[in-house]
Amino acid sequence: MLTREQWTEKFVDVIAHASSQLPPDVLAALERGRDAEAPGSLAAKALDSILTNVAMAKGGWQPICQDTGTPLVWIHHPVGTSTRMLTAAFEEAVRQATGKQLLRPNAVDPLTDKNTGHGQAPGIPSVHCEEWDEPGLEVRMILKGGGCENVGAQYSLPNTKLKADRDLDGVRRCILDAVAQAQGKGCAPGIIGACFGGDRGSGFLESKRQLLRRLDDTNPVPELAAMEKELYEQANQLGIGPMGFGGKTTVLGVKVGYLGRLPASYFVSVSYMCWANRRATAKFSPSGEVTWLD
Amino acid sequence: MARLTLPSDEKTIRDLKVGDFVELSGRMITGRDAAHHWLLHGFREEVAPFMKDSVIYHVGPVVKKHEDGHYTFVAAGPTTSAREEPFQADVIGTYGLRGVIGKGGMGPKTLKGLAEHGAVYFHAVGGTAQVLAQAVVKVEQVFQLKEFGVPEALWVIQVKDFPVVVTMDSHGGSLHAEVEKASKAKLEQLLGLSA
Ligand code: SF4
Repeated sequence: MLTREQWTEKFVDVIAHASSQLPPDVLAALERGRDAEAPGSLAAKALDSILTNVAMAKGGWQPICQDTGTPLVWIHHPVGTSTRMLTAAFEEAVRQATGKQLLRPNAVDPLTDKNTGHGQAPGIPSVHCEEWDEPGLEVRMILKGGGCENVGAQYSLPNTKLKADRDLDGVRRCILDAVAQAQGKGCAPGIIGACFGGDRGSGFLESKRQLLRRLDDTNPVPELAAMEKELYEQANQLGIGPMGFGGKTTVLGVKVGYLGRLPASYFVSVSYMCWANRRATAKFSPSGEVTWLD
Repeated sequence: MARLTLPSDEKTIRDLKVGDFVELSGRMITGRDAAHHWLLHGFREEVAPFMKDSVIYHVGPVVKKHEDGHYTFVAAGPTTSAREEPFQADVIGTYGLRGVIGKGGMGPKTLKGLAEHGAVYFHAVGGTAQVLAQAVVKVEQVFQLKEFGVPEALWVIQVKDFPVVVTMDSHGGSLHAEVEKASKAKLEQLLGLSA
């Protein structure tokens, strides 16, 4: 197994990958969106700008968006690897990546209201480690910007205003409402990660983990696969469009997961990810050889 | 597609309507939270000439300082404008701005200020930091850099063909209000909530 310093070096690569390019499924969805909009419309122009921007960033290893967001990281590690070491290695990787301008100094200490200057602070990055049976390591991360994080929403069911009961139809109503409330403010077209069940904390975390899924995958639970498809179609009928300029492309995908809940609680947690869905997945062999999965 | 040169004048700006796609060229200034507070905390003589008849861009840029001391913008996409809602109309009135560039739109107080003073809200495409940085052809000077830091300082910049959309005009029109109204009506229909 590698040392902490060696892992830091590997993780900086993962961050560079995430900040300067979009995964192919997201790119394809943006292109499909542009082709669906009326030529010359504001929606088509906005998507054209976005696609040009993505191409420019990739060529020069420049950040796609200057808000490089919160690094949200999930690591699968073999039995016996120290999770403290992995977390510390990732924190150091964020500081180094910030020094190399792959990330913007994006962490503020709320007590002093001062920017820490190196991109790292308690809770930033947000690293989650989970053991698995394989000998190597898997790192999955997204950079989630502030503009889209600000429009996330959590609902407690039942909700009479939305006629949302404690069932799948109620879940669907909340998610659609969250998209409508967000308008274009989360840099639409967005990707919706949602979770029903859990508590207020775990529900939001699972909603974010859903954002790691590829846009073209299919939810293994048939009811949820159907719900995701229906929500994708309905959200795109709202007419919000890219940036809220109006148009057909309001969301690029909807992903729904669930967690167990208490009998007394029924939460629906919705995270909004902007079009700049900077996601990277890398697998490392025990000797540190990388395979990029996104 | 319209082209517009900055500084501009009241008549040209009043001719702009919601939905117009415009490419801006000329001189403008940047500013976000710290700048807006500072601009209203006394009249800032030194920056006033750069604001008169021009626009303020809500952005926290990534800026590169070169060895000879000159600066270039590396990444410069718009930031959320709503945070300046309490101050924007006053800043427009006090300094004679003809517009604001940002993302997400602004509220009723700003919309009223736009009508009163003959100014518009230009929406840039959020997240397109590279495209927009490339349209910034020159950094002329900077105010309050030491005090506020790079993202919050007031940068005087020259832009060329900087792409924006008018989403709030000087006649009370707001694309944000229109889209919000239509999309919420559609939501009610999809959820079977309308009476
Ligand atoms: S919401 Fe996303 S695309 Fe928009 S400014 Fe923030 S990080 Fe960039």
